[in-house]
Amino acid sequence: MHLKSPEELEQLRTKILEERKAQEGKKGIVLCTGTGCRGAGALEVYEAFKKELGSKSAIDFKSTCCHGFCERGPITVVEPMGTFYQRVTPDDVPHIIAETVQKGQIIEDLLYQDPKTEQKIPTEKDIPFYKKQHRLVFGHNRLIDPTRIEDYVANGGYQALAKALFHLSPDEIIEEVKRAGLRGRGGGGFPAGRKWESCRRAPGDLRYVICNCDEGDPGAYMDRSLMEGNPHRVLEGMIIGAYAIGSREGYVYVRNEYPLAVENVGIAIEQAHKMGFLGQNILGSGFDFDVKISKGGGAFVAGESTALMASIEGYVAEPRAKHIHTVESGLWDKPTNLNNVETWANVPVIIEKGVDWYSKIGTEGSKGTKIFSLVGKINNTGLIEVPMGMTLREIVYDIGGGIPGGKRFKAVQTGGPSGGCIPEEMLDLPVDFDALTKAGSMMGSGGMIVMDESTCMVDVAKYFTHFLKDESCGKCTSCRDGTLRMYEILDAITKGKGKDGDIELLEEIGWATTEASLCALGGTAANPVLSTIRYFRDEYEAHIRDKRCPAGVCPDLITYTIDPEACIACMKCKKECPTKAITGEKKVPHEIIQAKCIKCGTCKEVCPVDAVKVE
Amino acid sequence: MSEKELVKFQIDGLEVEAEKGQMLLPVALEYGFEIPHLCYHEAVSPYGACRLCLVEVTKGGRTKMTTSCNYPVDAGIEVATATENVLRARRMILELLLARAPKSEHIVKMAKAMGIEESRFSVIEEADGCILCGLCERVCREVVGANAITFVSRGDRREVAPPFWDPLACIACGACVYVCPTDCIKMEEHGDERTIVRWKRTLKMQPCQSCGKPFAPQFQLDWIIDRAQLSKDFYELCPVCRKQKK
Amino acid sequence: MKSAQLEKILKAHDNQSSNVLAILQDIQATKNYLPRKTLEEVAEKLQIPLAQIYHLATFYRAFSLTPRGRHLVTVCTGTACHVKGAASILNTLERELKVQPGETTGDQEYTLETVNCLGSCALAPLVVIDGHYHGRMLGTRALSLLKGEKDASKKS
Repeated sequence: MHLKSPEELEQLRTKILEERKAQEGKKGIVLCTGTGCRGAGALEVYEAFKKELGSKSAIDFKSTCCHGFCERGPITVVEPMGTFYQRVTPDDVPHIIAETVQKGQIIEDLLYQDPKTEQKIPTEKDIPFYKKQHRLVFGHNRLIDPTRIEDYVANGGYQALAKALFHLSPDEIIEEVKRAGLRGRGGGGFPAGRKWESCRRAPGDLRYVICNCDEGDPGAYMDRSLMEGNPHRVLEGMIIGAYAIGSREGYVYVRNEYPLAVENVGIAIEQAHKMGFLGQNILGSGFDFDVKISKGGGAFVAGESTALMASIEGYVAEPRAKHIHTVESGLWDKPTNLNNVETWANVPVIIEKGVDWYSKIGTEGSKGTKIFSLVGKINNTGLIEVPMGMTLREIVYDIGGGIPGGKRFKAVQTGGPSGGCIPEEMLDLPVDFDALTKAGSMMGSGGMIVMDESTCMVDVAKYFTHFLKDESCGKCTSCRDGTLRMYEILDAITKGKGKDGDIELLEEIGWATTEASLCALGGTAANPVLSTIRYFRDEYEAHIRDKRCPAGVCPDLITYTIDPEACIACMKCKKECPTKAITGEKKVPHEIIQAKCIKCGTCKEVCPVDAVKVE
Repeated sequence: MSEKELVKFQIDGLEVEAEKGQMLLPVALEYGFEIPHLCYHEAVSPYGACRLCLVEVTKGGRTKMTTSCNYPVDAGIEVATATENVLRARRMILELLLARAPKSEHIVKMAKAMGIEESRFSVIEEADGCILCGLCERVCREVVGANAITFVSRGDRREVAPPFWDPLACIACGACVYVCPTDCIKMEEHGDERTIVRWKRTLKMQPCQSCGKPFAPQFQLDWIIDRAQLSKDFYELCPVCRKQKK
Repeated sequence: MKSAQLEKILKAHDNQSSNVLAILQDIQATKNYLPRKTLEEVAEKLQIPLAQIYHLATFYRAFSLTPRGRHLVTVCTGTACHVKGAASILNTLERELKVQPGETTGDQEYTLETVNCLGSCALAPLVVIDGHYHGRMLGTRALSLLKGEKDASKKS
């Protein structure tokens, strides 16, 4: 059905809601089949449900994408009670239907159990992971089947677009976004409203808007989950932005490694077209706008705006000089406005709820919420959305549930390879663009990687530097050779070949890489090294002077030994050792021949009594 | 109209004038300011790869370090070509480049001028003197139009090479040899064969109908005749004999 | 690649030179690599220098100029996976398959790759074999998975 006016949209929405209200109390099952849960087996669970329910079921079965609590996937919610089941397997399916759906009985084993109180918690909102979150942008994921536009409409979708097209002028919309204080969520934190304004004011007839879904930071997958789970929200933001800026053509650039996101946004574009939200004369407003999908080729640097535009044009993703800003001359030398997925997704909320409501959330300099991927050495791995200003401590402990295995927190890395590590003493820092930058890190796109006492910070710096050296486009001497040389030094340090003066040399190279490089990849490449030196200099010194890795990670600096008292001589490690470096027989305590040991860690993995020690 | 607009600005305190939108580096060089540069050549578009031509530019109250080869001048900007930061960056760039091209006279000279006798970094043997400035591929693409070589891969694996290491499109004109700042692309002639050593391109040369000396690769002459739509026997004579004929 | 196949791909992208990246992606998906002859044809048909196409093919990770193995073994080396031990799993697989990331085994059976984050960090560390995600991996489990795959493929 092609909607020709906002009135028709409202009529459709009312109709859908009435139909759904008539089925209120109807039993339903919601299963997350986002990429994360798929990895945990959600598709098998999906098939099991489909099979068990059959084709003519009175039970409503909906598959959505990412609910956020990825550690506990596959996630299944049973309506109308809202019972939250986690780590669901295909075997659980018949029981869920027979007991919970049909009889309303809760299956205790499938509930989330709070490790502290040992209480089983039946609904999402009471689970500590969710309690402190403010899921303004992300929350709708669990209500929407991304392949059904009706779900989006039923949940208020495209209301903001109608308001923008018929009740606000383009300049008024830009004012709203400016006053709301929306800052870019991709990492730059640039005020979105100002960007839109500059683009609108740039001379020329043709303008482009771009959605940057090239999420390249390892460990960050917020944009993917938004794109997979609620693509219409992002599209709606883009259409509103295009109207405000005066653009008729847009691109959604999705990285190559996100096939489900590409698929779902493709379906969404098609359905939006059919319904009249894209194309000509949108909702009868006279505004034309269309969007194409452009896929990345596998390059982190393509996330940089000018490199992304080069990629759309059919070239390698090499950044270009920005003396002339892209808002004036970008894609094909035309004025272009590029924003991140999450930035676009915030726009409908701002327009719908209004600036006063929106700007109450967050801090003075950072309004609204931010979605983070909380991963690494943390109990509750997943995607979280919190108001700006919440402290890192609250995030790590209250939402994240602290560090597994009772280990000690060491640092949290924010901002991906462009960011830095924040140590324990700064855990009370609020998540805020400026606060994080001052601490030597940055907000970045939202990756938050938690590290504990068994993480070696020199190894972390080496890891990021290796990544950046690999991903650098290679144009600038300072970035290409800067990351290469920093990597060489870090590698030597982790192999026990560090020299006095290495730290100072790293700082010197890091300075030049930052100052002399063209784009933000090079411009921030030294951050992981410099921030770990800043807060964990003692680890560097231990590696260099004492040839020791305090965290027990760097293979050349650690020794694996078998504790003769703990060893039960079961021969397991001896069997698995790839270099036959373990001696011993049944009832004879095993020993590792150091000369043959390659520090692969296999023996430690297989030992049933944890007799293998690392020093 | 606005392209021909003249603007006044400052370099190291000196008031200078240039067409609006002209690149800063050539303007500064013309005024006699010595800004070291490697990947800039007036025959091709500026690229900003080597980072050696960095200067500090103050515009609208904000100061930024930027490459001067691709910075369009504007009225009222203040350029500083040798601040402490600029020199510090320049030194590190040269030290990094020296490790790629330790035998390049040009780079050794520039490094010495900044007090660098030796690079602290190990030599990258595979670079074989190439500093990845891209002048060769730019001249081949923009000026000659042969598109015989390209940048390959990215990051520290970046290099310049013919596609598939098969120099089929190379016409051995020698333009790349001419522009290379480290002299790492060599051209050799033996008998009636010309070789661009770096691209492993050997072509047989056409002998002059008059004096008999081989003067240009057959492949190159055919290529030019094709593009310029000349008669097939246009290049029967070498340049010297052709001149004499006139 | 048959001419008809290539024609179809080019047509699907309006024969536009600016769509060259998408065209290469389709060729890669069809042939599991980018054959030189096909790239030369693309260069001719789209009137783009072969040099530019070669740069694209070697710049972007999605492309391979040599045929990939029948089985693709991908180790995620994203940050979350790294802090949870991805490096040692990668070493184990390198030892077992006797190849480095990006290389294919001599018998054309396995290609080992790394990827900088699949976005399944809750399952870190991750190994993907032929599109199947295997989470919470250990070096030993990765090995037995591989051996299982090898045995299964030997039978078939």
